[in-house]
Amino acid sequence: MQTLGQDHVSHLPQAMEPRNEGLPLDLGWLRAVRVNTAAVLRRTATLPARRSLKGAQQAAWLCKAVECIDLTTLSGDDTAARVRRLCAKARQPVRADLLKALGQPGLRVGAVCVYHEMIAPALEALEGSGIPVAAVSTGFPAGLSPFRLRLAEIGESVAAGAQEIDIVISRRHVLEGKWEALHDELCAFRAACGPAHMKAILATGELGDLRTVARASLVAMMAGADFIKTSTGKEPVNATLPVGLVMLRMIRDYHARTGLRVGMKPAGGISRAKDALTWLIMVQEELGARWVSPDLFRFGASSLLGDIERQLEHHVTDRYSAAWRHGMG
Amino acid sequence: MTEQQSDQMTGYGPARESAAEALAWLVDQGDRFGHFIDGAFTAPGNGFMSHNPATGEVLATLTQAGARDVDAAVDAARKAQGKWHRLGGKGRARHLYALARMIQKHARLFAVLEVLDNGKPIREARDIDIPLAQRHFYHHAGLAQLIDSECPDTEPHGVCGQIIPWNFPLLMLAWKLAPALAAGNTVILKPAEQTSLTALLFADICRQAGLPKGVVNIVTGDGTVGEMIVTHAGIDKIAFTGSTAVGRRIRELTAGSGKALTLELGGKSPFIVFDDADPDSAVEGVVDAIWLNQGQVCCAGSRLLLQESIAEAFLDKLRARMARLRVGDPLDKNTDIGAMIDMTARDRVAALVEGAGGARFTPDTPLPETGAFCPPTLIAGLSPADPLMQDEIFGPVLVSTTFRTPAEAVALANDTRYGLAASVWSEDISRALVVAPQLAAGVVWVNGTNMLDAAAPFGGLRESGFGREGGWEGLAAYTRPAGKSRPLARIAPFAGNGDPAAGDIDRTAKLYIGGKQVRPDGGYSRNVYGKAGKLLGQAPMAARKDIRNAVEAARGASAWGRSTGHQRAQILYYMAENLSARADDFTRLVNHMTGTRGGAKEVEAAIDRLFTCAAWADKMDGRSVDTPVPGLTLTLRQPVGVIGALCPDEAPLLGLVSVLGPIMAMGNRAVLVASEPFPLAALEFVQVLETSDVPAGVANLLSGCHEDLAPTLAGHMDIDAVWSFSSSDLSGAIERDSAASLKRTWVNHGTTRDWPGPQGEGRAFLDAATEIKTLWLPAAL
Repeated sequence: MQTLGQDHVSHLPQAMEPRNEGLPLDLGWLRAVRVNTAAVLRRTATLPARRSLKGAQQAAWLCKAVECIDLTTLSGDDTAARVRRLCAKARQPVRADLLKALGQPGLRVGAVCVYHEMIAPALEALEGSGIPVAAVSTGFPAGLSPFRLRLAEIGESVAAGAQEIDIVISRRHVLEGKWEALHDELCAFRAACGPAHMKAILATGELGDLRTVARASLVAMMAGADFIKTSTGKEPVNATLPVGLVMLRMIRDYHARTGLRVGMKPAGGISRAKDALTWLIMVQEELGARWVSPDLFRFGASSLLGDIERQLEHHVTDRYSAAWRHGMG
Repeated sequence: MTEQQSDQMTGYGPARESAAEALAWLVDQGDRFGHFIDGAFTAPGNGFMSHNPATGEVLATLTQAGARDVDAAVDAARKAQGKWHRLGGKGRARHLYALARMIQKHARLFAVLEVLDNGKPIREARDIDIPLAQRHFYHHAGLAQLIDSECPDTEPHGVCGQIIPWNFPLLMLAWKLAPALAAGNTVILKPAEQTSLTALLFADICRQAGLPKGVVNIVTGDGTVGEMIVTHAGIDKIAFTGSTAVGRRIRELTAGSGKALTLELGGKSPFIVFDDADPDSAVEGVVDAIWLNQGQVCCAGSRLLLQESIAEAFLDKLRARMARLRVGDPLDKNTDIGAMIDMTARDRVAALVEGAGGARFTPDTPLPETGAFCPPTLIAGLSPADPLMQDEIFGPVLVSTTFRTPAEAVALANDTRYGLAASVWSEDISRALVVAPQLAAGVVWVNGTNMLDAAAPFGGLRESGFGREGGWEGLAAYTRPAGKSRPLARIAPFAGNGDPAAGDIDRTAKLYIGGKQVRPDGGYSRNVYGKAGKLLGQAPMAARKDIRNAVEAARGASAWGRSTGHQRAQILYYMAENLSARADDFTRLVNHMTGTRGGAKEVEAAIDRLFTCAAWADKMDGRSVDTPVPGLTLTLRQPVGVIGALCPDEAPLLGLVSVLGPIMAMGNRAVLVASEPFPLAALEFVQVLETSDVPAGVANLLSGCHEDLAPTLAGHMDIDAVWSFSSSDLSGAIERDSAASLKRTWVNHGTTRDWPGPQGEGRAFLDAATEIKTLWLPAAL
């Protein structure tokens, strides 16, 4: 197995935090979980109005959002050249003159997220940048290929140099209430990840309700997930604030019980700078500022960066910006 | 790096709402205000300053109203009232709609002015106070549109005096004005002296909206102005929101005046968290319950009751959440807790907290150096006997204790002089639906808190006041039955010479208490004579202790309140059946006592009335309320509890049945004093009760002197309501004596009621025999 250089892991949780090694499955904890959907919706509906970011503060938070982006391409028509273009954007997410004006010359995104076959071109394009490559795995997005192949896929991606593995859980285990099966599956995935950190995609849009999301979040953390992630981006409903709030609260409970910090990654559907700020505010309010950091929080997004660039240019020039003034990813 | 240092690096920074427009409006008005009377502002007179509690700055100079101003406002309102009423509901609806639109158009000006004047965070003024005020006018524009068709046979009271508090200045103005105007009343309103500015802006808007002169009059000043309004002979109804102490004083001052009265007073509302609640959502609920508006909310969830098994974990979560609350500049959009209303309030709360026992927690939150700021505070581990668990603090201070079982949660929740609101947190719907109806509160939120809406009745029990605001039920507080009433002359007992009526075996009439016939505690009886002076029998003279015993028996018969309407109907029908079986005896008795030949007709009417009450027993439905909050909002009609009543003198049997019937039908227990001149029919009616399966303590019958017994009934702390239809002039005394416990009263003010006719039954009785509980069951769509 390839040894990861220090600059490759600067964003990983284990760089600053003791890694989550998981717990034996605690069914009593799962059973005790209660989520009141209406109250969760009220919280997420009023949250954006409770905190406001203006001027320099807003620009600083938007830069933080850029740092937390997993710049992603997960399309059937991905090519090496396409991925190289994305990686170039990852290195220079915002126009250099703007970053200079903002006092953020070295700003980078959190990671680049691709399919297994695109790991090699991504690694090559990111050489020396310190930006890790994340690979989606385990039969992404449905996770219904043979178990042994899913395990093998993780191994191959890690061997190919992916430092983060975004795995998908078997939704059927959740929907059938087979928590042991889910825990076993995720423990096996975690072992296969080795030093690469594991982001467990819950595909919350397919889990039915918020309490189930909460339980699945706990099982994933008990199985040693380094991050829990909302969605593949391919479900009909992806990262919503209520789902995010419930997952954050489970991360908080897990931390209270174990002292371990697990990361959070909403993915899919976050395309506006304002939405990104709301997410960061929610993380800050529910978990504290420590989590507002790329080692514990990522956005899975492809078009978000474009809107943030326009907002940052507006901040620098006080003029509303246009998409074509910023380099494509 | 500590969490706090890290927080500072990604802080929020100030996001300050500009006060420029609001300050400019004040300057445009010359920073000085008179009163708004008859459609125009009076010249500013001797007055007082209005301050910004966050900074101490003077915002404007206001005028202290004198008696002449109040007279002028009442005259203007009186002059305008007839025309305003005759404009019709649809005509008034147009005006209410215009006011709603005007509030909407000037929403931010209202919000910022409210923040400057009151100290509440801009987020709350902008997202809660002003939108709810606007919604109130919209909703009542609709009620006005429909009132003529939906509320026939009612009319407005006339001129209403309305006194509102400083905690939600514009919202409380809307709650008061909208229903009063919709129903065709005209108004003289006094805002709190600390927060008059949005009321004055509203007055300006009334002018711009073309509201007819005199329909809304606003006078400013302190409590002495309030007292002038309350005691003004030209005012027909008083509506007050504020402290229980002032509410009690208003009850005393208005006693016997014939003024209608609604009071929305203080509270110490429980916030109950069961072991199966969503703890994180419940913690957010606590934040909205006690730290909304700096805790200066009458329905604030200020008593946290935690199930023992989760108490420690819950308090840990709560303390962590409290550390994230931001106290500071109310105009900053990132402020969670603004300034209290003034330094006096702040110092009062600080002193209460200082003297408190229990485990005190205040987060290490920076406070502004000046201004009336008070940090969020939690005092855990108190017991119900602690004064802070009983007294309203009216500040950002939460007290907490634990319970073991649902029954204990209910007992602790109800262990209070107040009864405004309650919040229940459990994900077990059956548990929540068992607990919620048992809570002594006018409003219950399940897995929610502080939800308010124009369509949903709001108001309290016990010392939280009486009357409801919002919806059709709130509208009803601003109407009365149409028609004129006639004065009721005192009906004296007949005198006699002591000769017994021939024939019958001597009968011993007794009091009926707790299902037993008992002799009066004092051991005295009074001779009862017929019209011709013949001795008909003896009626026991009940005294203080007999009332005490009857109330204890009634309190003990609480199972009646939990019986089904169907069961109660069966018993009422059975009573009718047994009365019918003895119709001849009762006919003779009524005829002998009253010296008329109306006995047969009265007995027939009494049987019919019991049928009517039986019919209603399972039909006094609540309703589901259409509010903007997703889920179900229901109004329940619950029994008032123990009702003491002085029965009408003029209809000895029908009067008794007309009072007892609705009391029993709605699940209450009765302590009744029979017709004073003609008591024997009521005492004979004991035989009907005894043969009709009426549970012991549900109906207690006494006889005696109304004037002697009324103060004991009105003053008894364990009686929930007192009714008087006596021909003795007792209305004022009853209203005055009821003030101690703020019990509901329904008195005749010396006017007649047509007992055989439709006035002798129906909605008025059923409304008086029930309390409305608004039950919020929010659910996600």
